[in-house]
Amino acid sequence: MSIKVKTGSNSRILAVGTYRPKRQVPNSEIVDRIESSDEWIQQRTGIETRRFAGADESVVSMAQAACEMALKRANLTISDIDTVIFATISYEFQAPSAATALIQQMGNPKAAAFDISAACAGFCYGVAMAKDLISGGTSKNVLVVGSEKLTDFTDPDDRATAFIFADGAGAVVIGPAEEPGIGPAIWGSDADSRDAILLNPAWTDFKDSPTKGVADLGWPNINQQGQTVYRWAVFSMSKVGLQALEAAGITGDQLAAFIPHQANFRIIESMAKEMKLPASVVIADDVKTNGNTSSASIPLAMDALLESHPELSGGLALIIGYGAGLVYAGQVVQLP
Amino acid sequence: MALTQADVLAGLKEIVEEVAGIPAASIELDKNFSDDLEVDSLSMVEVVVASEERFGVKIPDDQVTELKTVGDAVDFIVKASA
Repeated sequence: MSIKVKTGSNSRILAVGTYRPKRQVPNSEIVDRIESSDEWIQQRTGIETRRFAGADESVVSMAQAACEMALKRANLTISDIDTVIFATISYEFQAPSAATALIQQMGNPKAAAFDISAACAGFCYGVAMAKDLISGGTSKNVLVVGSEKLTDFTDPDDRATAFIFADGAGAVVIGPAEEPGIGPAIWGSDADSRDAILLNPAWTDFKDSPTKGVADLGWPNINQQGQTVYRWAVFSMSKVGLQALEAAGITGDQLAAFIPHQANFRIIESMAKEMKLPASVVIADDVKTNGNTSSASIPLAMDALLESHPELSGGLALIIGYGAGLVYAGQVVQLP
Repeated sequence: MALTQADVLAGLKEIVEEVAGIPAASIELDKNFSDDLEVDSLSMVEVVVASEERFGVKIPDDQVTELKTVGDAVDFIVKASA
């Protein structure tokens, strides 16, 4: 007697949606506290402005707005979604998940829903899982959303991070397709470098020292070793990008766009150079105006690129996420 | 085989010129990467990675901040190649 199994279908990104917080923050608002300058920040990161969420813009509310936009563009409703994958490192509760808060608020509390903690690689991890859930027959229509309020975990006085991190949300609907629209993921970790990006102390440190508070122990803000991360991102992640192209059977000249995690435009430019991408490939540069939004950055950049270059719709893009862990994932996708 | 100081300086000049666009003629042993040559911390990472490939040595991340002058880098690479 054998166990009955399901088989699914090919899949593709049906639509993308985003939410950008209302308040845009120029470098001039950041520089005084870190004794820096607009020129210095632009030279090292390409960032001119970023968006900071207000008190009325939460990880879940921003995700909901992005998901509603993606569903509308896909001509679907939340009741058509059977699975929600929520990538975030900045949801304010340990449990239950942001994903269950999202489906409850959106009116489909029965969908399968869970969070993944893969930092800036979270969106690409989610896309990889959605593709395999659909090809395995477990799911039909999957929402993959990245939403971050990184300002809750960024020290505005930290000269290494205060100008980098920002807030926002991006989502895609992934559903059945006749032809494959998502290539194999190249993913993994370099966990020996876990210390390169850390949020310390642990929540339990506060419980263990009940007489001490944030003033004594600090707050788990993002700490980042910039040079280590830059080296890893440029020289290791460009190799991952090339592997993702090879796994999809695609060469650089067949790509329409390169949409890596929007960490820093210097990293993005150097990756493209290392990968020897031809000049015809349009490179996403959303980081310049929206900063580094971790798991949200790739769908935010994808949406911005499709708005400025509508001719890219239907073309192939290389997406690659990399971040705290250190973890990474990259794949070729057909743009919606 | 250990590299000579002259070999490494010549190679390093080419690397810094390629990475940061600084004319090789202005790159001397006593020049500070950051203050004199305006090689910023991220460009320095690219100089280090290119040096590792060219000279076949390993320059750990925690050593990079110690390489303040061109001479520091040349000395480190010469020693590491020995």
